[in-house]
Order: sequence, then C-alpha cells, then structure tokens
Amino acid sequence: MNLIDQTFAALREQEKTALIPFLTVGDPDAATTIEIIRQLEEAGADMIELGVPYSDPLADGPVIQRASGRALRHGITITECIQVAEDARKAGIKLPFVLFTYYNPVFQMGLENFFELIGRKEISGLIIPDLPIEEDGELRAMAEAANIHLIPLVAPTSKERIARITGLARGFIYCVSSLGVTGVRSDFHSGIDTFLSDVRQSTELPIAIGFGISSREHVERFSKQCDGVVVGSAIVRKIEDTLPLLQDAGRRKEGLEQIRQFVKELKG
Amino acid sequence: MNQVPDDNGRYGKFGGRYVPETLMNALFELEEAFDHYAKDPEFQAELQYLLKQYSGRPTPLYYAERLSKHLGGAQIYLKREDLNHTGAHKINNSLAQALLAKRMGKTKVIAETGAGQHGVASATAAALLGLECKVFMGEEDTKRQQLNVFRMKLLGAEVVPVLSGTRTLKDACNETLRYWVSNVTDTYYILGSVTGPHPYPKMVRDFQRIIGDEAREQMLSEQGQLPDYVVAAVGGGSNAIGIFYPFIQDESVKLIGVEAAGKGVETEEHAATMTKGRHGVFQGSLSYVLQDDHGQVLPAHSISAGLDYPGVGPEHSYLKDSGRAQYEPITDAEALEALQLLSRTEGIIPALESAHAIAQTMKLAPSLGKDQTIVVSLSGRGDKDVEAIMGYLGGM
Repeated sequence: MNLIDQTFAALREQEKTALIPFLTVGDPDAATTIEIIRQLEEAGADMIELGVPYSDPLADGPVIQRASGRALRHGITITECIQVAEDARKAGIKLPFVLFTYYNPVFQMGLENFFELIGRKEISGLIIPDLPIEEDGELRAMAEAANIHLIPLVAPTSKERIARITGLARGFIYCVSSLGVTGVRSDFHSGIDTFLSDVRQSTELPIAIGFGISSREHVERFSKQCDGVVVGSAIVRKIEDTLPLLQDAGRRKEGLEQIRQFVKELKG
Repeated sequence: MNQVPDDNGRYGKFGGRYVPETLMNALFELEEAFDHYAKDPEFQAELQYLLKQYSGRPTPLYYAERLSKHLGGAQIYLKREDLNHTGAHKINNSLAQALLAKRMGKTKVIAETGAGQHGVASATAAALLGLECKVFMGEEDTKRQQLNVFRMKLLGAEVVPVLSGTRTLKDACNETLRYWVSNVTDTYYILGSVTGPHPYPKMVRDFQRIIGDEAREQMLSEQGQLPDYVVAAVGGGSNAIGIFYPFIQDESVKLIGVEAAGKGVETEEHAATMTKGRHGVFQGSLSYVLQDDHGQVLPAHSISAGLDYPGVGPEHSYLKDSGRAQYEPITDAEALEALQLLSRTEGIIPALESAHAIAQTMKLAPSLGKDQTIVVSLSGRGDKDVEAIMGYLGGM
C-alpha cells in the first residue's frame, strides 16, 4: 500500500487533518533540507512536499521564486532533489514524500528514467502544476505502474472539470484555495466552501487545500472540510527569515528550533 | 504538409497546453470564442475595417532596388510591416485580440512585451476600444526601450516593470501569466506571439497571416510569380509565421527564419533557440527551448529585445523538424551592419529585430541569380531603437 494512503487512513481513524508542509529542496542546501524535514516531522507534520527548484515557476509567487533562485544558484538538480528523499529516509524520517516539480525537468530526464529513479527513492506521490489532465496521459500510466500517486490540482475555476480530474486521481486531491499563484494572502476565493464541497462530492479520495494557508487560524478554518492542509510559502518564508542562523554553525540549532516552533504552532 | 494544429493544439509533437489548472477553462473559453468570431462576418468586417482605415493595410511590397544591386544577386522585396500604425506587425494581432476581448465581455486586458512593440500595439488597441490595459515588461527592457515605455503611458496603459528572474521578455511572460491566473475571470490576456498554450499559437498565426496573404498576392499580381525565398526574423515567431504560413503549400518557396545569435552561437550569450536548444516544455507549450542538461531554462541574449527569448513558437519547431523551414542565426554585429546598410541604401531604418532578417538576406542574395527573388519581412521600424543604436555605434 502506498505510504500516502496509509497516512490518510490512519489520520481518518483518529479524525485528524494532515498537515502537509512544502519546502524548496536545496534552500539553502540539501543537507539543511534534510535537517529541516526532521524538524517538520518532530513538530507534527504528516507528509512532506518536496519542491524541485525551477527557473520559471509560473504557478509560484515571490517567496517560492526566491527560494528556487537561491537553490539553483548552488546548481541543485532534480536528481539531487529526489536523492534528498532517500537520504532523509535513511536518516530515520518516516513521513511520506510528495515530489512537487514543474514538467520540464521531468521531461528532460525522460519519463522512463524519471520513474525508474523515483520508484526506488522513497517518493510516494507527484504533483506537476503545469501538467493538466489533457497532457498527462503517458505520465499517469507510468505513475500508476510504479505505484506512485499522481496528485492533481483542482481550482475554483475548474467547474465541470472537477469530476473528470478527481476521477483520474490517486492519493489525494489538491484543492487550490484561490485564483492566483502560491503565497501568503488574506482572502480566499469567495466560493471556496461550495468549491470544496463540490470536490468532496466528486471523490472518495482525501482532499487537501493549499495556496495561501499561512496561520493556525487558516489551518483550523479548513480542518473540518478537508483531510489535509498544505502550508508552503509561509514555511519557505520562515526558512528564508532563518537563513542567517541556518548558515551560521554556531546558531544553526537556534534556526532549526525556530522553524520547528513555527510548524508546531500551525499544527496546534 | 498536414493541417496543424490538431484539436489538442498539437503541431506534430509540439504545442499543447502546459499551464496550471486554474487557466484551463479560460483557454477553452478563449478557443470557443475565437472559433466563433473567426467565422462571424460582423467581427471580420470590423477587423478588416480597422486594419485598413486605422492601421493602413495593406502594407506595400517594396522592391529594394538599390539594396538588390548593392548585394549583386537576387531581387529583394520588403514587406513593409514597419509602415503599420505603431510601427510594426504587432498591431495586426493586438487589434484582433482586443476586439475579441471586447466581444467576450472583458473590460481589462493585459500583455507582455519585450521590445515594447507588442505593448504599444496592445495599449493602442485598448485605447481605441476603451479597455483598461496593463503591460508587463522586464525591468532591463524598460531601460533599453524607454521611449516605448513612455508611449504606452501616453496611450493610457499602466506599465508594470518585472523584477523577477532575468528581468527581460521571458520573465515578463511569466509575470503576465501569473497575473492572469489571479485575475482570469475579468481579464483578457493579449499574448503577442505564436507562443504559449493552445489556442494562442494558432490564433496569433491566424491574425498575422495577413502579412503572408498580402505578400503572396502582391508577388503574384505585381511580379507574376511566387518568390524563391521568404526570410523573416524569429523571436517567438509571430511575424515569421504570419508571412510563412500562406506559402507553406507552395513547395518551391524556401522559408528561412532568422534567430538572434547575440555574441555568437559558440558563446553563452545568444538567443538561438532552434540552433542550440532542445525540445522542452516552456511557458505553456512543447517546443525548442534554450535550457541546461537538467531542464532549467537559460537566459537568452540579443541586442534586440524582441528576439531576446529562450523559447519559440511550437509551429516553428514543427516546420524545422519537418524540414519545411530552415532557421539561421545572425549575430548582434551582423544585425547592426545590416541596419546601417538598409538605412543608407534604401532610406529605411529597420527595427533591430528586422535587421536580423536583412542580415540573413545579405548573406543569401549574393549567392543567388538575378532572376531569383527574396521576400523579406520588414517587421518593424527602427525609431524605437535609435537611442540604443546610437549607444552601440558611438554617435558615429
């Protein structure tokens, strides 16, 4: 059984909502990413989204763009990002890993090579924000064969597409909270509750919400309606704020502790 | 050649719609509106009226006699898109898309721009049709093309300088897409080239093919023959597709796209996407892309802001891989030389983009006989570049 399914099944029994932090792999470097993942796990995260840095992240706002830029300046590659999952597992991390990547790095590796690699590197799920269902046929078949869940995004503008998208989905459904790119925001889409209930009615799979979820209040706001809550930019920004500490050997622990506290507060 | 694209926006393997889910319904809505109005006689009549009375079409096909004699080979004809209102071919597409936006009930339009020509054309069309207009432009380009920034402001548009990434056309496109994702319900995106997700490459081609339709008809009626060659500069590739498309079935006509080689294709500073790029997915479609081994898109370089782009429209990739068109690189230095030659022999100062097509013609024409003909797309005029050229040539 896929680790994502196990996690959601266990949480459902306990009537709990999954906290799913996103971080940009390699910001500031791969070794620190693994240490941060450990903090996230200890603070109560249930699943980790590993963001692969990309030169042209058109679904992302300024915070994740900056993190991608920092990671790419050190020349990190998608192969190294995938390796982080295995290294984290070897270091004792138990959480499922979902790889979040734009399509071109996958396309350049070649789909066969890509699945051959992630199949043995502890990746349980895959989110590709610029690969809508119209374009994902070949990749979805290969993901299925590798027992890796291709997790789709659905948006408030998806309307009649919702059922078609969730019908093909595996793992969980990632609901986009509002029109726009990733990033902290004060308002969610005005029709958000109707949207979430439409998605809920279309599928038996767990549903998670993301884009702009940045505080404990937000997490609580959506805990009743959703099985999972993704927090991305708020954590990436926290990491950014903590960089001076993380990159100072003497104060590194302090920095990691601050990230852990932030996630603990989100978890409540 | 088969008719492309297919229903999924595919040109062979190229094209498609690689965008966030949030935009998918907007793309289908756009495709439906475009298909509907493309066949609507009233829409077409209004567009034809504006292209004629407002923009000044048809543009002349001018026999460049002194240039032809100077080069001593083929006879050269210039398709004078520079004589359009606002000074470039971009207005053909901007007028059409702004009209479409209005028919779709949108009140706000956005556009990306590199050299500023598409931004100016979109700001112009928006002013004419009473639409609110925002233009996204890389900060570096706002410096290279200050005059166009001011023109857009005069026309009532808001110019948004883009500070992310390379601060040129590539990131202006990213930022426009991001803005569109956030405002997709009331905003129409006037994309300026044959790039991006389906239906844009097809729609922009269909709005730009008037260049080639006119040129073909003019060659036949004025010279009694088809040209042997058609030459056009390619950044995203809209003027090139516009002039190539009506000639694609004419197998005797050779099509040459000219891309920017910047400081040379052997350096890292160029925009020679076809010569040096590989197949990849970038800004909504599968096409040739300048990228590293790991799929990260590389920054492009060209003296011409309009060609300074690491991608290219999917139909060009299709024409290249099928062998129907060939693509040649021209350096900054060669383009500057061509710009001066055309200025002195014909009294026409071309845009730096178009100067690349002239430079390729300078290489090609002397190798051909006097009975052979070349049609060159003179896509824009050089007024916008004069200040930058003065910087390069040191005031002469």
